[in-house]
Formats: sequence, C-alpha cells, structure tokens
Amino acid sequence: MSVAENEVFLGGRDWETLHARTDDDTLIVNMGPQHPSTHGVLRLVLELDGETVVNAHSVVGYLHTGIEKNAEVRNWTQGVTFVTRMDYLAPFHNELGYCLAVERLLGIEAPARAQAIRVMLGELNRISSHLVWLATSGMELGALSVMLYGFRERELILDIFEHVTGLRMNHAYVRPGGLSTDLPDGSIEKIKEFVELFPARLDEYETLLTDNPTWIERNRGIGILDASTALGLGVTGPLLRAAGVPHDLRKQAPYCGYEQYDFDVPTDDAADCLARYRVRIAEMRESLKIVEQVANGLPGGPVMVDDPKIAWPARLTLGHDGLGNDPGYIRTIMGESMEALIHHFKLVTEGFKVPAGEVYVPVESPRGELGYHVVSTGTNKPWRVHTRDPSFVNLQAMPVMVRGGLLADVIATVASLDPVMGGVDR
Amino acid sequence: MPAALLDVLAGVRERFPEVVSEPEEAFGETSIEVARTGLRDVVAYLRDEGPFELLADWSAVDYLGVEPPERRFLCAAVLASVRHPARVRVRVFIPQGDEHCPSLTGVWAGADALEREMFDFFGIRFDGHPDLRRIFMPDEWDGHPQRKDYPLGGTDVAYRGAFVPPPDRRGQPSTTSGYPGRLS
Repeated sequence: MSVAENEVFLGGRDWETLHARTDDDTLIVNMGPQHPSTHGVLRLVLELDGETVVNAHSVVGYLHTGIEKNAEVRNWTQGVTFVTRMDYLAPFHNELGYCLAVERLLGIEAPARAQAIRVMLGELNRISSHLVWLATSGMELGALSVMLYGFRERELILDIFEHVTGLRMNHAYVRPGGLSTDLPDGSIEKIKEFVELFPARLDEYETLLTDNPTWIERNRGIGILDASTALGLGVTGPLLRAAGVPHDLRKQAPYCGYEQYDFDVPTDDAADCLARYRVRIAEMRESLKIVEQVANGLPGGPVMVDDPKIAWPARLTLGHDGLGNDPGYIRTIMGESMEALIHHFKLVTEGFKVPAGEVYVPVESPRGELGYHVVSTGTNKPWRVHTRDPSFVNLQAMPVMVRGGLLADVIATVASLDPVMGGVDR
Repeated sequence: MPAALLDVLAGVRERFPEVVSEPEEAFGETSIEVARTGLRDVVAYLRDEGPFELLADWSAVDYLGVEPPERRFLCAAVLASVRHPARVRVRVFIPQGDEHCPSLTGVWAGADALEREMFDFFGIRFDGHPDLRRIFMPDEWDGHPQRKDYPLGGTDVAYRGAFVPPPDRRGQPSTTSGYPGRLS
C-alpha cells in the first residue's frame, strides 16, 4: 500500500514512518495506553517541538469488546446487559437510549412511573459521572483532595444504585417497556437524604477550586474549542455548551417527560477548560433540581408496560443477600401453573419479536449525544445495534485543542474532554 | 413532519432531482434515499441551505440476505441541528463487490472517525477520506467483523505462538498430548 504525504500510521509497525516524515528537531512522544492521566487505555502520540505540541494523534481500540456484534446474536432484552457496559460511567443512559430505540420500534411507551424513575436515576448518574470527571481531572492537575472528595460523594450515589438495582454499575435495570423492578422500600428516603446533603458538598468543591489561582492558571485559556469547530467535528454535550451553544436534547427533543421538570441548561462562552469546569459544576446543580422534583412527585402505577408478550415475566425482590427471584413467583411457575411456566420459558429463552424497521434515538448523556441506531428485520434479535458514543466523536477534537499548547496542557485538555474509553472502543 | 423540514426536503429534491428520493416517514423519523454519486452535494446542500449544521450519526448496516446484493450495505447519516429539533436521515445503499462511498469528511471533519469505524467493520472504502485505516481492530486484521458473513467463531486464533483450532475441528483432545491448542 502506498503511503500518501499526509498519512500517518500509528500502529506499532508504522512508528518508523512517523519518524521519517518529521524533521530532526521534532520529538515524538508516546503517551499511554497505560498512563494515569489518559482515562483508561487511550494512547496519545505527540509530536513535540521543545515543550510545544506540534501535533497530536489519538490511538484507540485497546478496549474494543465487540458489544455491537454481540448484541446481534442475543435477544432484544439481553441487549440491555451488553450496552450498559459501553460507557461504564453512564450505564443508565446507555440502557435508556437502547430501550427507547426498541420501544420506538415496538410502538410502545413505558408507564409514567417508569419514565420518572428513569429520569431520576439518569440524573443521579449524570452527577456521579461528573464527579468522576471532577475527581480525575483534579488529581491530574495536582488537586488530590478533590479526587478524594469526588469519589467519596460518588460512593453515596453508587450506594443508591446498589439499593435500587442490586448493582453499583452495569445495572441492566432499564428494560424495553419499562424497568426490571420497582423501587424497593426506602429508596426515595435515601435519594432525598442525598439531595439534602449534596449542595453543601458542591460548595465545598467550589471553595477548593473555583477561585483557586493554581486551578485557574492551569485551566484558563487552555484547550480552546470554539462553537463552529465543535459543530464541524460533531462535538456535543458540555464541550459544546462551554462554547456558548445551549444545545441539550433534554430541552430540544424531550424524552421520558423531561418537559415537566424545571431546569436550566448552563452555558459559558470562554470555550476553554475552565469554562467546561464551570458548566459541569452548574450541570450537577441542575441535575439535583430534577432529582428533587421527581422524588417529590413520583407518580404511582406499574413500572412495566401491561403487555404480557413483552413485559419480562420474572418478578424480582430484594432479599437479605441482594436482588433475586421472588419466592412467590417461583412457587407459581414451578408448582401451580403450567401455562405460566411455558409463558415464562418462551419469553425468557426466545424473547419477543420486534417489527422490521430502522430507528435512531438520541439521549443526552453526561458527555453529549448518545445515539442508538437500531435496525430490526422482524425477528427476536436485533439486526444491527450501532452506538453513536459521544466520547468517541468528541475525542476527534483533541488534536485541535492541544496543537500549539504546552505538553502539560495536554493533560488538562484531555481531562476536560472527559472521554470514557469503554464508550469509545465499545 | 414539520413544514419547515418539508420545504427543505422539497428544495433538495428540486435541486438534485436525479439522485434524491421522495422523503419517507417511519417511526416518526424522516429519511431520504440518495444515490451514491450525489451524496456529497446533497448533504452539503442540507448543511448550507437547510438547518442541519451537525452530523449526529453516520453508520452502516449489512443487509446480507435481506436486501438484494446491489443494495447490500446501507450507510445512514443522521443530520441534526442545534437550532431546530427536526432531523433527517440520509440513506445511501452500497452494492456488494463495489464497496465505495463518497467521504463526508469534506463537509464535516467529524465524519473522520465514524468513516474509519465503518471501513474497519464493514470494509466500505470512503473515497476522499484523508487517512482511511482501521480504528478499532489491529492493523493486520483479516476481514471486516461486522459483516454478516464474517464467521462467529470457527476462525483460527493465534495467541503468543499458541494455535487454537476452530471449535468444529477441536475434537476430543487428550489431556496430555495431541491437542494442537496446547502450549508446549
């Protein structure tokens, strides 16, 4: 294969090529894939002139697990278990996007209670994801206390998730047609307790960082990405909002009843790392407002569509050892009703059929537009599940943001991009 | 379908009558089908004359056995706007044996990684892409895994000098010798 002038190959064997086409003064530095500040297994190859970054390339794929391919050979419900593992910091958003796509193909809508719980957990998830961003970017710039505080509060949210779904991550809680189970007793109290506590903790982070001269110096004017460049590169989420574009799918095309809740879309116009910090902190406050509104006005009723051909037949209940099968339900299918057993068996092993068609459903994940392009040919398995992951698309902006800056600022810039490699590589 | 979107789609049909199909509505989403040759001009028109400044998604589907071979691969771009909730999907079908599609990198720089992903997984060549190479799979990988005729298992797996035969040729290995998958 001939190599064109502007081509740069970065797999191991093409290293020589990159060396050959840069001049002698340019230093090529490999950063990652195992590097504490590359958020997982992101590999950066930097061309440096002294301390100035001339160019940067990102190399991804180290965490590729073939989730999209796997989903094609499992039934529609099992797909949830796979997609939740993509962007592992925002599992509820992955599940929600996938389930909304399946529901659109089925022509059904989850009951109001299920929608409200999806919103509430999704917003808590946004806070926990932003806390990981805050903690890791704090750590990378030397603010170690922020790292400890961020993970401490994230733990409180993961406790809520564990209480509700039985798992701290990768919940598979949102299902096509609703939720796997209703909120267990005490969930709302736990959530309200968190809502009460968290604003003071947010203020604490702000006293540590917002007016901290070191923090400001490391972030102000760094990694600038203006609105038109962002749009050309498909960048969405906090990065686009920090460049002054108030684009938020929860406002633009509300799903799950977001139009009922009162919240603002924070924006900033500095378009640098500091602006992204301010936007994400403000977003946590707005998410908290939504969580509080849902917790105070949670509608009653079922959490799964009333359609025995789609609704998952198993009942779950929280026992002393975690979430498991409901003994009463097991008694019914194993001891009392043959028909119930046959129905259970058929739906669990074969699943339901979904009408043929093609949909694209986007949701606003903590990192931007998370879209599910789902294709059905009318069988019990998806024909194709494609995820438009915001980390993957946003990462393309990295070279533009670091070019001409200092090597140390690459760290701040990548941190402000908040890429999650599980989502990038899928 | 909102009236403003209808106007834009009528406009693009008027401008490129040979390559653009009638808009089609399904599941509340609007699609147009475009012939390969006109793809770049049509999306550039939709970006410049319509409201769509954002390429939301650009992904492929392998319709092996569902659609005829001349429509085997579908590339679907979802165009969105930050000013308007309307979206449109631009679909282009790629025939088997001639897997070429015009690149959209000249219209949106952000199409870069998405096209590399489609090339990696489906083997669709994007003409005009500045740097088309695999993005997720290793450079030396054989085949395109998201194609429907890509074998699920049954491929030889090489790992650190070991050789594991495909499942259908493994037979009943003895525990001590004769099993080709054993590390010696």
